[in-house]
Amino acid sequence: MDVNKNTEPFPGEIYEDETGNTNFLVSSIDKLSNWARSNSLWPLTFGTSCCAIEMMSAASAKYDWSRFGFEVARATPRQADLIIVAGTITKKMAPVLKRLYNQMPEPKYVIAMGACTITGGPFFYNSYTVVKGVDNIIPVDVYIPGCPPRPEALLEGMMKLQEKIRHSRAYVIDKPKKEENDD
Amino acid sequence: MTKEELKSYLEKTFPGMTQEENIDFLVLWVEKDEIFEVARKLKEDEATRFDFLFDETAIDWQTHFEMVYHMTSTTYRHDLEIKVKLEDRDHAELPSMEPLWKAAEMYENEIYDLFGIRFSGHPHLRRIFMSNEWKGYPLRKDYQDDDVISL
Repeated sequence: MDVNKNTEPFPGEIYEDETGNTNFLVSSIDKLSNWARSNSLWPLTFGTSCCAIEMMSAASAKYDWSRFGFEVARATPRQADLIIVAGTITKKMAPVLKRLYNQMPEPKYVIAMGACTITGGPFFYNSYTVVKGVDNIIPVDVYIPGCPPRPEALLEGMMKLQEKIRHSRAYVIDKPKKEENDD
Repeated sequence: MTKEELKSYLEKTFPGMTQEENIDFLVLWVEKDEIFEVARKLKEDEATRFDFLFDETAIDWQTHFEMVYHMTSTTYRHDLEIKVKLEDRDHAELPSMEPLWKAAEMYENEIYDLFGIRFSGHPHLRRIFMSNEWKGYPLRKDYQDDDVISL
């Protein structure tokens, strides 16, 4: 894994005076906000099955996702801007997930972790309870395949999301996400 | 009681009821109308004292349902399986075991939820796994669902 690609320098030009002090800097607000957002994503603590165990592993000392700016895992959606859907989503859980997503403030990002969230995985056939793909409920930014994915895969996926955020246009208003707030 | 003692006890106490033996348990076949009294007798009799209902479930054989009760005694450490045949699949109904064993409340909720067997005398029969709006009973063999993709 290329760790260096994540420690990106400040996106812009820094102008110094003759004494070597920084006097002013030039950047664009898009680059600046994307730089800030991508390096401080606050994930929501949300896990429904075995993928959540891998997620906890990725969060704790051995893999330690705070190296990449994810350390502030929040227990409330009001303070989080990233939801990692880790585990099987049943039809009974789907409204809860949707409500959690709607309660998160914009900008918000979704990672679908593991086979169950991508397609239903091992529950694709002959199952009357499992939602076949979490993208039927909420829009997904990054998919991480695996059953469950290893913590390295999760870290790679999260860094892919950071990359995606860095290349997005934060202050150009896109079409609003098709999500009616039912709360 | 050993299995043999229990067998002769059951023959004496409930004459005419079929018994069989599977790998683990002695099985007593009981008629639908008698199940509650038989269970009460087995629970309250000093000789048997089946005070722990450790499993209650149902089987769908397509032509009929079969209810299965597993009970054990924490004093004597013997156990017994009781089976009941339910012929009427559309209006399957049984007396609830909840007055005898509190544990039956959740088992019967689950059986009602997934098989649609009703239990008279149950304090609050409701769906516990499926949502309240769910149509049908998923563990029935003839259950149909448009969302289910079959191989």
